[in-house]
Amino acid sequence: MKGMTIIVKKTTQLIAGMVFMYGIYVIVHGHLTPGGGFAGGVVIAGSLILVTLAYGGDFLKLVKEETRTTIVESFATILVIMIAVSGFLFGMKIFFNNFLPKGIVGHLVSAGVLPLYNIFVGIEVAASIFIIFLSLMIFKEESPK
Amino acid sequence: MDLTISIVTGFMVLGAIYAIHARDLLSSVIACAIVGYSLVICFLLLKAPDLAIVQIVVDTVTLIIMVAVVINSSREEPYTKFDTQGYITAITGILVIVILLYFFAVSSQTLDVLGKSSLRMAKYYIEGAAQKTGSANLVTGVVFDFRGYDTMGEAVVLVTAVLGVLTILRLKGKK
Repeated sequence: MKGMTIIVKKTTQLIAGMVFMYGIYVIVHGHLTPGGGFAGGVVIAGSLILVTLAYGGDFLKLVKEETRTTIVESFATILVIMIAVSGFLFGMKIFFNNFLPKGIVGHLVSAGVLPLYNIFVGIEVAASIFIIFLSLMIFKEESPK
Repeated sequence: MDLTISIVTGFMVLGAIYAIHARDLLSSVIACAIVGYSLVICFLLLKAPDLAIVQIVVDTVTLIIMVAVVINSSREEPYTKFDTQGYITAITGILVIVILLYFFAVSSQTLDVLGKSSLRMAKYYIEGAAQKTGSANLVTGVVFDFRGYDTMGEAVVLVTAVLGVLTILRLKGKK
């Protein structure tokens, strides 16, 4: 998959970082303002999809050669799945027990373990959405004509 | 507010009907997006900004992926003739719609006004939730503290869906 024109590439350089930072903001402030892990995770996945669409698969070395393709792709797949599953494990083990101190309602560091749940669910959702898009792109290119 | 929600909901119905009958698949996908973005306006009018944020982002990402799929496939819809079986299907559909509307009109006499529902459990969630969970956002407090099992099931559903996609879409087997 080739990239797009120079206008799209330059605009992507300007915008993608801000979209990524906005996703992190939505996740971190999830227990104070509307939003949370799911919404912020999908925003982060959207910024990654934007970069991938603008620059194409060749720039990101997603598909290199016929022999190395399966190795690289399998390693990336396993890495992203491990990130997703680790977020699930660490985030959800301590479930009913809000053991950290609550803090003052309305401050950034408050509400016990709820911000940790938000962060790990955000990582898991971003990895899941992005891997669906990557699998649609990679498996199409390596399919026999 | 009820009139505005009715207008937006009617717009959603029009978009859904056009999505079925469009000749081009690309315009059908974009007509599906009309339904999603109108739902965002409904959520904002019903004072649910959390759901509105999630809906608008997920709808945009889904639209990108669906457009990428449609461009790579054949966009033309094959021509179908309207024969006797079509009449039978249309009559059955109209009957089902009439029966559903009748039962909905009967059952909606006993329902509460939209947004004024009084569930028994909601009272215990709302009063003193900020002191119990320490979270200023009530939705996060309910989703991650009171209803933790639901959120865990949601995360497991997403991981399982990704595993299913990776299994089905692989065209070339491993050596």
